[in-house]
This record gives sequence, structure tokens and C-alpha cells, in this order.
Amino acid sequence: MAQRTVVVASRVGLHARPAMLFTQAAAATGLPVTIARPGGQPVDASSILYVMSLGVPGGEEVTLSAEGEGADEALDGLVELLQQDLDAPEAGA
Amino acid sequence: MSTPTLGAAEVHPGAGSHVLTGVGVGRRAVVGPVAQVRPAPAVAADTPVLVDGVPADAAATRAAVERAFTGVAEGLRAQAAGATGTVKDVLSATAQMAADNALRTQVLAKVDGGAPVVAAVDAVVDQFATMFEAAGGYLAERVTDLRSVRDRVVAAALGLPAPGVPALSEPSVVVARDLAPADTAALDLANVLAIVTELGGPTGHTAIIAGQLGLPCLVRVTGAGDVPAGALVAVDAAAGTLTVEPDEALRADVERRAARDAELAADTAAGATADGHAVALLANIGTAEDAERVAGPGVEGVGLFRTEVLFLEATTAPTQADQAAAYTRVLRALPEQKVVVRTLDAGADKPLAFATQPDEENPALGVRGYRLVRTNPELLDTQLAALAQAQAEAGATPWVMAPMIATPAEAREFATRARAAGVATVGVMVEVPAAALRARDILAEVDFVSLGTNDLAQYAMATDRLRGELADLLDVWQPAVLDLVAATARAGQDVGKPVGVCGESASDPLMALVLVGLGITSLSMSAGALAAVRFAVRHHTLEQCREIAAAALGASSAPDARAAVLALTAPEVRDTLGL
Repeated sequence: MAQRTVVVASRVGLHARPAMLFTQAAAATGLPVTIARPGGQPVDASSILYVMSLGVPGGEEVTLSAEGEGADEALDGLVELLQQDLDAPEAGA
Repeated sequence: MSTPTLGAAEVHPGAGSHVLTGVGVGRRAVVGPVAQVRPAPAVAADTPVLVDGVPADAAATRAAVERAFTGVAEGLRAQAAGATGTVKDVLSATAQMAADNALRTQVLAKVDGGAPVVAAVDAVVDQFATMFEAAGGYLAERVTDLRSVRDRVVAAALGLPAPGVPALSEPSVVVARDLAPADTAALDLANVLAIVTELGGPTGHTAIIAGQLGLPCLVRVTGAGDVPAGALVAVDAAAGTLTVEPDEALRADVERRAARDAELAADTAAGATADGHAVALLANIGTAEDAERVAGPGVEGVGLFRTEVLFLEATTAPTQADQAAAYTRVLRALPEQKVVVRTLDAGADKPLAFATQPDEENPALGVRGYRLVRTNPELLDTQLAALAQAQAEAGATPWVMAPMIATPAEAREFATRARAAGVATVGVMVEVPAAALRARDILAEVDFVSLGTNDLAQYAMATDRLRGELADLLDVWQPAVLDLVAATARAGQDVGKPVGVCGESASDPLMALVLVGLGITSLSMSAGALAAVRFAVRHHTLEQCREIAAAALGASSAPDARAAVLALTAPEVRDTLGL
């Protein structure tokens, strides 16, 4: 099983627009991807409801896991996404 | 606010028409077809899915649920595609909730296990709602979106009409039992002619937003929900009437009024009485976009910039840089003009994710407005620093005032903080009766004051602004409220400092005459109301306004005060404005 730990860069955390973009990307991998807070229960990373209910604040670490062919590449893509401030287009509005 | 029982002179319902009454906001009238905002379906948890009138078997039920989820998600996505900005984001996120695989899989598992559809959807949605509520803040507020997904899916699965704001294919009169701010945000404004609600009050948020957009609005219209979708109606905000299937004469009357409104709007001279006494006519705004929209001839500046709108969508307090950018944009939109900025007025009916006090039993009387400085001083200090930064960047001097000031000591503390931050012109709101009674001492501490008449009436009359059924008590025409306005205006005249009014009362042309007569120096209102107020003030001398004010103060009830003022109003103003 592939695993990555990454700090969520979006200032608002994994809410709203960042959660939307992340879950869409997780679903697009076509693999069963999970996301967990440190020491927490992993949840389905393609479910906006589960991801939002984790309530991950900006600047906190999360752990992504995936299985299957291409899991490493898929997780690298998701890590790259989480390292951006996904709320940026809204900043200052 | 207009009083529905007066001024309803020209209603010709005609044969086949019927008239519903409510409380009007604004004074415009329109004719158009009804679009009903459907409430959540009220169905029993064990309501079966029907196919050809008989309960469906397991396979057909499962298929109906899958179709419902897919259809709701597609519908929301299509709505999002046609929207912009925050509304687009909210609709996209809601669409994704409807498309959520975990939600669908869990509901289908329960349906496969024999659970009725409504019970299955409710159980799974409740489980997520509980998680959201436990997380609090921003997530707790998203429960509304989750519930709207539930309502839509249940309605679709059972073949009921879709709840929520319908897609508007033509200019329509939007009718709802009540509209949450999120519903209002989802409206396709290009196709909204008017807003009518069964609940709500004339100073509730639907009414205020409608006023800002210049849309005629009726609240507290019993029976509005029963008007069939598509039926032609005439909405008359001045008369407070909703006429179903209006006849030719009424339709012609509405068209004549629309033409007259266009004529009034063409006059953009500075506000003044007939004898040249200047009264600044200003607009109320909530965003930088509003500032850019209202800027232009006929608007002499902004009398109330409600900064909390910048904060409402945020999960954390906006940074100084973000705020300064927004304030600079407002100041640049209105160069050389007066711009009055109100510092954050959170709490009570405007909760913020990061500043709301938990467990307040009586939030209108709790830690709101300036009082947040007691628990969260950095919010105000950041905002004042951002305003000083904008002042420097735009090369303009905003007038900065704090809401919910009760004592001269609070006014002094605020002035000290604001001046220390570099803000040049400092004022406070007078909306607590204690501040009105002690206006002279308050004015000694600041450069100006502005009366918030909605809250002043709420606190003077001990009447919740959100309780529509108490609208008669909340009336700004109540003599006790007028006394507090008069006391504040007198204090301003005595010390030679400006006293403005930025409540909705300034937008009532008759009340505007009273306020001018009392010595109020500026009137700030929804931009759409300025033309009528300008016209009314222009047709009276300052002395006539003083007589009108004296008549209002001499009355013993709100209806008597308004009637006395109407009797002294120039006939030309009464006729032209349909008062």
C-alpha cells in the first residue's frame, strides 16, 4: 500500500473549495484512496462529506493511502494539490 | 418601511382577481408571473415510491433512488454552471454532496436492506449532519446545504416537485414561505422582478437585500404560498399588496408608475430642500462591488458600508492585507466622496464562524458589535489597521464608526483605538437608546454619529427585529423612537457635529422630511430609494420640514404620526410618489 504524509497548505483547511477540488481529484484517480488526520480513522478521500467532516485546518498534516496499480503516481498528484493554497482565487474577494 | 393600510389608493383588483396583503419594502410596483420556492417535502418516513400508482418493488425502488441522486446532482451542477462567484461555489459544493459516493452507497445499502427511502436518506444525512455539527463553525453552517440535498433527493425519488429556488427562465416574482440568506444568494437576479414571503419582517435580511438590489419586496403575505406557479401577479410594495390575476387597469397603473420612477431617477442633483439647505443623500453598501455599482451621479457617497459582509463567508478572520485591499477598492470607487465605514457588526442575527459567542441566550443583548472588543480585541485592531492602510493607499479619508455603542466611555475607547491606528475621522452608531439619551456626551468624544434606526427601534420598543408579527411595535414612526432621534439630532446641532441616519427609515420619503426637519445632516439608504427621497426633500423648505417634524413628534401613535406628516406633505409629492 502506498502512503504519503503532507501538510495542507490551504489557509481555510480542507473545507469548501479546497475540499471540492481535492475530492474531485481523488475520485479521478479511479483508485480507492483514503485520507486520515494524525492518529485518526482513514476515510474515503473521494467523498466530500467525509473529507469535510474531518475538519482539517490549514497547516495540519494528513496521511493519504492508496492501493492498486499507479497508486504511487496518484498519491504524488494529490500531494502536489494539497501543497497549493486551493482557496487562493477567492483571497481578498 | 411603508404602512400598508395607508396609501393603497389605486388598487383595482377587477373581476377574477384577488388581493393578498402584507408589509411592503420599498415603493415600486411590478407585474409578472409567480415562481414558487418550494418548501421541503413533508412526507412520512415510510412513504413508498410509487410506480403507476402502486408501491414499487425492491429493484424499481433502488433504481428510483439512484435516478434521484443523479438527477439532483446534475440539476445543481447545471445551476452552478450558470452562476458566478460565491453562489457558484456554494452550488458546486452542494452538487458534489449530492453526487457523493459514500452518501449514495450508504443510502442504497439501507434501501436494499428493506428500509423505506425517506427513512434511509434521513438516517444517512443525519449521521453526516451530526458530524458536521460536532465540527462546528463553518461546517455546522453547511448542514443547511446538506439538508437541501436531502430535501431534493427525497422529492425526486417520490416524484414530488423539487424544493428550493426554481431555475427562472423568465423575469418572475419569487414567492417563498421564507428565504434563508443562502436561498437569496442562489437567486438568478437578472430574472427576479420582486420577492414575496409569507414570513419574515420588514427589517429582516430578505427585505434588506431586496432593498439593496432595488427590488420591490413584500413580507408577511399570508396565503402567498397558495398562488399557483406561473400565475400573473401585481406586486405593489408601496401599498403592501399582491394582486393575483390583475386586470388591465391595474397593469396600466403599474406601468405608469414604472415610467414615473424612471423620470425621478433621471434627476441626480445633490440633495437639498427647496430653499437650498443641503442634505447629503448617500447609499448603503456591503461590498466593493456594491460601491462600484452605486458610484455615479445622484449618489453623494456612502453613509453605511457594512463591513461584516466581507467576513460572513470566511471561516477565519480576513487578514489585514485582504481587508485593506477591499477598503481601498471602495474608497477608489467613490473618489472625493464621503464614505462611512462601520466596523464589524457581528453577533445577534449576523453570526460569524470565528467570532460568534457560544450559548448566548439573548444574542441581541449580548456580545455583539463593538462589544466584541471585550473578548476578541484583535478583530477590531486588525480592521482599524486595515482601514488606516486603505486611507493611505487610496489617499482618501474614510469616516469610521463603531456599532452598538452604549456609553460615552465606550465611544472614547473606540475613538482612542481608531486614532491610535491612524484613522482620521471617527464616529459611532447611535442605536442603543442609552446612547441617544446621552448623545451630547458621546459627541464630545467623536467627530460624528449615525443613527441606526432599525436597531434603535428594536431596543427602544423591546421588540425583536426578526419577529415579523411584532412589526407594528418595531415601527420607526413610534413617537418614542422619534423622540430618541430628535434628542440625538438636537445634540448634534448644539455642538455643530454631523448626525446622519443610515437605517431603512431614511428611505421612506415621508420620514426623510421628518428627519431633515429634526436637523439630520445626511440620509443613507438603499441606492434604489434615493430618487424618491430627493424628490420629496426638494419640494419642501427647511421650515416646512421643521413643521412636519413637530407634527410627527406631537402625535400619540405611529399611525397618527405618519398621518399628520402626510397631511402636511406637498400635494405634488403625495401624487407623484403615490403616498
